[in-house]
Amino acid sequence: MKKQILALFLAVGVLAGLLGGCREATPQNTTASSTNAPSSQAPQKAEIAVGIAQDLDDSLDPYQMTAAGTREVMFNVFEGLIKPDSQGNFVPAVAASYAVSTDGRAYTFPLREGVTFHNGKECTFEDVLYSFQTCAAVTVNSSVAAALSNVADIREENGGVVITLTAPDPDFLSMAASVYIVPKDYDGQATAPVGTGPFRFVSRSIQENVILERFDGYYGAKPALERVTYRIFSDGNALFTALNSGALDLVAHLTADQVASLTNGYQILEGTMNLVQAMYLNHAKAPFDNELVRQALCYAVDVEAMLALTADGHGAKVGSSMYPAFGKYFDPALADRYPHDTEKAKALLAQAGYPDGFSFTLTVPSNYAPHVDTATVIVEQLKEVGVEAKLELVEWETWLSEVYAGRNFEATLVGFDASTLTASAMLARWVTGDGKNMIGYSNPDYDAAYAAARDPAHTEEEQTAYYRQCLEILSDTAANVYLQDLADFVAINPALTGYAFYPLYVMDMSTLSFQ
Amino acid sequence: MLLFGVAVSLLTVCAALLGAFWTPYNPTAVSAAEKFCPPSLAHLLGTDNFGRDVFSRVLQGMGASLLIAACVVAIGCLLGTAIGCLCGYFGGPADFLLTRLCDVVTAFPSVLLALVVVSLAGRGTVQIVLALGVLFIPSFARLVRGEAARCRDASYIQSARLMGVSHSRILLAHILPNLKGVLVPAIVIGFNNAILSEASMSFLGLGVQPPFPSLGSMLSDSQTYLQRAPWYAFSAGAAIALLILGFSLLGEGLQRRRRA
Repeated sequence: MKKQILALFLAVGVLAGLLGGCREATPQNTTASSTNAPSSQAPQKAEIAVGIAQDLDDSLDPYQMTAAGTREVMFNVFEGLIKPDSQGNFVPAVAASYAVSTDGRAYTFPLREGVTFHNGKECTFEDVLYSFQTCAAVTVNSSVAAALSNVADIREENGGVVITLTAPDPDFLSMAASVYIVPKDYDGQATAPVGTGPFRFVSRSIQENVILERFDGYYGAKPALERVTYRIFSDGNALFTALNSGALDLVAHLTADQVASLTNGYQILEGTMNLVQAMYLNHAKAPFDNELVRQALCYAVDVEAMLALTADGHGAKVGSSMYPAFGKYFDPALADRYPHDTEKAKALLAQAGYPDGFSFTLTVPSNYAPHVDTATVIVEQLKEVGVEAKLELVEWETWLSEVYAGRNFEATLVGFDASTLTASAMLARWVTGDGKNMIGYSNPDYDAAYAAARDPAHTEEEQTAYYRQCLEILSDTAANVYLQDLADFVAINPALTGYAFYPLYVMDMSTLSFQ
Repeated sequence: MLLFGVAVSLLTVCAALLGAFWTPYNPTAVSAAEKFCPPSLAHLLGTDNFGRDVFSRVLQGMGASLLIAACVVAIGCLLGTAIGCLCGYFGGPADFLLTRLCDVVTAFPSVLLALVVVSLAGRGTVQIVLALGVLFIPSFARLVRGEAARCRDASYIQSARLMGVSHSRILLAHILPNLKGVLVPAIVIGFNNAILSEASMSFLGLGVQPPFPSLGSMLSDSQTYLQRAPWYAFSAGAAIALLILGFSLLGEGLQRRRRA
């Protein structure tokens, strides 16, 4: 028996030695060696391998795609009359330009000359009409379907398309951008998709890869890359191992921890997840009905320290219900509206009648590690002003039914994103009585500003100004304790340039090129 | 072996007691400046991804593990002994039913039962103690039942019954003291299993809730940082191993002494 004990301790000792050895052997940063750097295999032909973490949808039909991961790839193949750019603006695509009538009901899209589909067919009004009709009939995207049901008439006029709406819809452009233009009477979209984008679909091998090639008949600037192979890794560790071995040129959606473990000299680009992480406070429950208390919490929280702890300082402060990639609406000034100031927080709490602080339950879905990590830090920060937050982890389903639908919570820490590229996707939920207004926010000024922003009588600039005003009101009234837009890391072959982050979940291959 | 077991157990219990009253640092206080510090004199076992002192967390985590294990074993032992005594002493259809019921509970996977409890009553320490406590009843019940059935037919019990001693007195005064021999090692071994079960439940996120430290959840969290902060995983793992080692040696030693 004594020998067994001795053996046990020896085993523990050896294990400790091994672990210690591992640590020394692993550099802590990514500036390391060029021995297995991907540049050594810089190709003569401009082609790259992109690692993706999930296979695409079974059907590649543009109106049947459901997964964000599928849209991320097929963004390179399909285009609408207009398409979003990396700044969140809409730029003409199949249409040469666009104009909206003063009553907001008629949209004119003159068709661009010389737009051809990947199958060589020229794009005509018939194809556009077919696309809108098919999309309206079969799309799986309910908000696009709802927007298209508002279309009264689509007609040809001077070589362009005129779409008339039954009622004005300020978000119609973003919906129209989701209607990908496809050739009429082509029924192979599910397996061999054909669009007008800068890349054409070549082949797909289930659970293995998807191959795109440059479309030489593209009307716009030709992409520098000739061929893009998406390699599918359904196991996150396998994807990371392949990336670390230098077999891939581009992988997105990495975490700070993965990046810290990457050892082969990849260039790391940092973007954001395009969501607003905040401690959402239930205004129906005291003391969160008190604006002073909410402001005190905003001052009590130190977002920079939280970012340093949870993501090595990566991530962007938001300050209101808008993420930075939405440059048109995002106001960086709001991010610093409540600098970390415990004294001020305490003073505000005293003024609100809570000189000794208070306690509440902070409900967090347990499956989202970044939110749990953030909450862990926030709980500690609040202790400094005498506020005791009790962390309660729940299953995602419980969160959906109890917190989101049931509104049975005091505070919760999650992230909200935008389903379409519209400000209203982020802001509609805070209007008094809105079905998604889970915090029960109610502010007449906000409602008025939001209504004005939605009013089609206003120009686009005025609309933007009103949306910005909405964001300011949310910030001033401390509707929630706004935290951050989480960091999203992209590891890229250092020889590649031109990667652009979009305010949507897409990866644009057309801007990439070898140096 | 017994001595060694006593020594290791005492060490862990003392460490846990110390952790209950004093830790070098606040085990939940976060600090960006001290993230991932390797072990040093200032931080004996280094710091974790939030800059929290791992040593302080291990001390408190051991305390939590021991306390939960004690409660679980108490529930299992009290109810198990009661059921076992009654079944073994009286026998009959009730005995048959309760024994089969215990078999059913044993057949139930512990994680599944814990998940059921958590989905019904939410996560938390009390819930996990109740779930594990119920799971520990059958092992005690079966052990005690056999022993009680053996005692029932012993001549001194027969004599007591002939003298007109009531059933409750026979159970408490004559049978219960005879169970000591089997119960004490069973409690120590059960304690061991309870520590492991709590650690696995916390590892799965069902046990002690963050930010309160627990060895299981520390082990789970440390996985991600195995390369960057091996001391984190090692400390939590070693603490669990030490707890288990002490009590299993103790239990084994007690059992051997009984047989000898």
